[in-house]
Amino acid sequence: MATDIGKLDTFPKLLMHHALVRGARPAIREKDLGIWQTWTWKEFADEVRFVACGLAGLGLARGEHFALVGDNRPRFYATMAAAQCLGAIPVPLYQDAVATEMAFPIQNASIEFAFAEDQEQVDKLLEILPQCPTLRKICFDDPKGLRHYAQPELVPYDRLLEAGRENYRRDPAFLETEIAKGSGGDTAAMFFTSGTTGVPKGVVHTHASLLVPARTAAELEGLGENDVILAYLPPAWIGQNIFSCAQAFVTGYCIACPEASETVMADMREIGPTYYFAPPRVLENLLTQVSIRIQDLWWGGRWAYGYFMAVANRVGGKILEGKPVPIGERLLYYLGELFLYGPLRNVLGMSRVKVGYTAGEAIGPDLFRFYRSIGINLKQLYGSTETAVFVCIQPDGQVKPDTVGPAVRGVELKFTPERELLIRSPGLFKEYYRNAQATSEAKDAEGWFHTGDAGFVDPDGHLKIIDRVKDVGGLADGTLFAPKYLENKLKFFPHIREAVCFGDRRDRVCAFINIDPDAVGNWAEKRNMPYSGYTDLASRDEVYELVRECIERVNADLAGEPEIANSQIHRFLILHKELDADDGELTRTRKVRRRIVGEKYDSLVAALYSASRSVHVEAQIKYEDGRSGIYSADLKIRDAKVFAPAAGKRAA
Amino acid sequence: MSGRPVGEVTLSVEAVSLAFGGVKALSEVSFDVREHEVRAIIGPNGAGKSSMLNVLNGVYHPQQGKIRFQGREFEDMDSHEAAAMGIARTFQNIALFKGMTVLDNIMTGRNLKMHCNFLQQALWIGPARREELEHRRAVEEIIDFLEIQHVRKTPVGRLPYGLQKRVELGRALAAEPKVLLLDEPMAGMNLEEKQDMCRFVLDVNDHFGTTIVLIEHDMGVVMDISDRVVVLDYGRKIADGSPSEVRGNQKVIDAYLGVAHSA
Repeated sequence: MATDIGKLDTFPKLLMHHALVRGARPAIREKDLGIWQTWTWKEFADEVRFVACGLAGLGLARGEHFALVGDNRPRFYATMAAAQCLGAIPVPLYQDAVATEMAFPIQNASIEFAFAEDQEQVDKLLEILPQCPTLRKICFDDPKGLRHYAQPELVPYDRLLEAGRENYRRDPAFLETEIAKGSGGDTAAMFFTSGTTGVPKGVVHTHASLLVPARTAAELEGLGENDVILAYLPPAWIGQNIFSCAQAFVTGYCIACPEASETVMADMREIGPTYYFAPPRVLENLLTQVSIRIQDLWWGGRWAYGYFMAVANRVGGKILEGKPVPIGERLLYYLGELFLYGPLRNVLGMSRVKVGYTAGEAIGPDLFRFYRSIGINLKQLYGSTETAVFVCIQPDGQVKPDTVGPAVRGVELKFTPERELLIRSPGLFKEYYRNAQATSEAKDAEGWFHTGDAGFVDPDGHLKIIDRVKDVGGLADGTLFAPKYLENKLKFFPHIREAVCFGDRRDRVCAFINIDPDAVGNWAEKRNMPYSGYTDLASRDEVYELVRECIERVNADLAGEPEIANSQIHRFLILHKELDADDGELTRTRKVRRRIVGEKYDSLVAALYSASRSVHVEAQIKYEDGRSGIYSADLKIRDAKVFAPAAGKRAA
Repeated sequence: MSGRPVGEVTLSVEAVSLAFGGVKALSEVSFDVREHEVRAIIGPNGAGKSSMLNVLNGVYHPQQGKIRFQGREFEDMDSHEAAAMGIARTFQNIALFKGMTVLDNIMTGRNLKMHCNFLQQALWIGPARREELEHRRAVEEIIDFLEIQHVRKTPVGRLPYGLQKRVELGRALAAEPKVLLLDEPMAGMNLEEKQDMCRFVLDVNDHFGTTIVLIEHDMGVVMDISDRVVVLDYGRKIADGSPSEVRGNQKVIDAYLGVAHSA
C-alpha cells in the first residue's frame, strides 16, 4: 500500500483519500431493517462532507469540543469525522452513563454542541441542560419518540444533513480549505477516562498520536482493505474508537455495526469479522454459554467434546504457532477440526478471525488456551487511554498466557525502583484537558508516562503486569501483597465472578467473593438445590464449600510462589449482593473499586479480621418488580486452609 | 394524553344490544370514538367488554342497534369487511401461530395488503417479488418500532409472555389499521412489561395516528393513558367521560366496590 503518511496526517485527509482510491469499497455497514446496509467510502465521505457543512452552518468552529453520545452507528462516526473536518474536537461519552455523569465532561470542556443517538440520550442531555449553560445545540439521529420535543436546542440529523448539502453546493471549496488547514499535531479527539480513581480526566490525543500507533499495529498484523471488524463496544472507550476509526481510516477496512446490543452474537455470525477484539469478560461469557450447551448434550456427544478438547488442549496452540507436532496427534486434530473446532468457531462467529485481541484485565490461562486451541489467533495486548492502546502486542508465534508481549515498534519501556512501568511512545497523549497538575504528575519532563502499573520484563522481552503500583502493598510482616493478582487467580474459576482481597498493612489476607449466578445457578440446578435468587444462593453452605475449595486451590498455588506465599487467603465471605457499577462499586468498564468497596462494607471487613463466624448486614435492595425493601441477614464467614510455602519450588 | 389532536367521531355504536339465547350480554349500549384518541372500555368481570369489542370487529352480530364507521352505517359488521376497512385487534388470550417466527407472524398481518395471486407468489413472477420486498420492509419497520429485532427469527412459542403480547400488537399494526382494538393488552404482565406496553400503545397512537380502543383491568394504566373511558356493568353503560370524571362517578364506585343492600 503506497500511502504517504507525511501528507495524510489527519483523519479527514485519510477519509477523503479513501473516497478517491477505494471509493466503491465498503467503509461501514449497519444492520438495519433486518438487512446489512452498506456505505461505501465515497458515500461515507459525502455524508461526512454534508454533515460538516451543516455543523459549520450551526457555528461549530475550529478548536471547539463536540460531545457525542450513542452506540456504534454510521451516523455517529460520520458526525465524529465531520467535526474533525472543521478542526473541532470530538468527545465521545459513554452511552450507558447516567445524566449526572455526563455533566462533568460537558462543563469541563465548555461544550456547545452535542450529538445524541436517540430519545434516551436526548433526555439525559436535556436533564443536565440547567447545569451546562454552554450547551447550545443537540443533534439527534433517531427521531422515534421525539416528535413533540419543542426545545430550541434540538436539531434532527436529517435537517442538519439537508442544510449541509445546501451549504456544500453553494461553496464546495470551503470544506476542502478547512480540511487542508488541519495537521498531525492538532488535537484529534478527547476521551474521558472511566474514573477508576476520582474525577474523570479528559485525555487529549492529537491526530498523530492516534494514527501512528494505529498504523504500526495494522502493519504488524498485516491488516488491509479486505478486513472487517464488528464494532460492538462503547465508542467512548478509546479501544473501540481506535479499532473502528483510526485503524479503519489508516487501512481502509470495513466497520460493521450490529443491529442492537442483544443481537451482537447473531450479527457476528452473519458478518464473520476478520479482526476481533473482546475483553476477557466477553470471552468468558461466550465460553460459559458453550459449556452450558455442551452439558445438555447426550453422553456420547459430551464424551466426544471432552476427548477432542483434550486433543486441542495438547496440540492446538502448537499447530497455530506452526510448531512441530507428532503426526498421529496432528491427524486427530484435523478430525476434530472437521467435526468440532470448525463448527464451534462458526457458532462463535469467529470462522474468519485472522487476528483477535484481548486486553483490559488479566485473562485466565485456561480461557486463553481454549480459544487458541480451537484455532483462533487470540493474542493479548497492553495499553491504556493515555497511550492510544498499542504499547505491547504478542506477535504471532510468541504468545504466552501470562505476559502481554514485547513493546511494539517505537515504544520504549522502563521501570522505577518501585517497579512502576514508564512508557515513552508516539502514541502518548498530549495532556489532560485543563488539568496541568495531573498532566505533570502523569507525564514527566522527559516525556515518560507513569502508568501506575507494576510489572517487569521477562527474559524473552515480554512485559508482565502484576497490579496497580498503589495497590501493591505489604502485609504487616513486610511481604509483598498484590491484591489484583490474587483476585485474578480467584476469578479464573467459573464459579467466582468477582473477588475483593484485603491485606495491606494487616497480618493476613481475607477476601469478599461474588459468585457467578449463571455458573453457580447451573451447578445448583444439577444438584436439585432450589433457590430463590442471588442472595439466597450466596448464603448456602454448599456454595460456601464450593468457594472454599476454589480458594484452597489458589492458596496451594500461591504456596509455590515464594515472593507472595504469605498472601494466602485465610478467611472469606460471600457478599449478599452483586457488585454493581450503578452503586459505584465497579467502574463502567467493570473493574472493582477496591477502596470504595472497602469503605462501604467496612463492618464486613472488620468482621473478617475478628474471630466471629458471622456478621450482621442490613441493606436496601431493589426487587425486579420495582419495589424496594430492606434485606437483613447474617453473612457467614469461613476459614480456608493455608499451605506451608514450598521454598523455591513451584506447585504443580 | 395522545400526541395528535383528537379529531371528529370516526366510530360510533348506537343502542347496540346483543344476547346469547336468554343471556343479555349488551343492552342498548351507545358510545363513540373520536379520531386519534385512546378510548378505554372498563367494567367488572362479565360486564360485556370483550363482547363489545367483538361486535366492533364483526365477530358477534348484535340483534339491535347500529354501528357507524367513517360515515358508513352498518346493522352489523362482517369481520373481513371490518379488517378491510381498517379495524385491527389483539386478543385477550394470545392468538399467534406458535410454531412460526416473529417475522412470519407479523407478515400474516399484511395478508389483506397482498394483491398477487397464489400462483404468482409461488412462482415468484410478476409483481410478486416487489410486493414481497415492500411487505418485508413494512414488517421490519414494525419490528424496529417495537424493539424486537433480537427475536426476529425466533418461533413465537419460545418467547416470554410479554414479548408475545408485543408480537401480537405488531401483527395488528402490520395491517396499518385506522382503529386498533386491544383486548387487555397488559393482562398478566409485571410492572416493567406494563410500562413498556403503555409506552408502545402511546407511541403507536402518536406515531401512526392510530385510534385506540382498549379494554383494561389495571385502573392505573387506564387512568394514565386514555383520553376517555366508558364503563360497562351487566351489559349496560353506566358512565362515560374523562378518566377523572369516571373515577368520581358514584355508579362506577358502586359497580366496582359493591353496594350495601338495605334490608
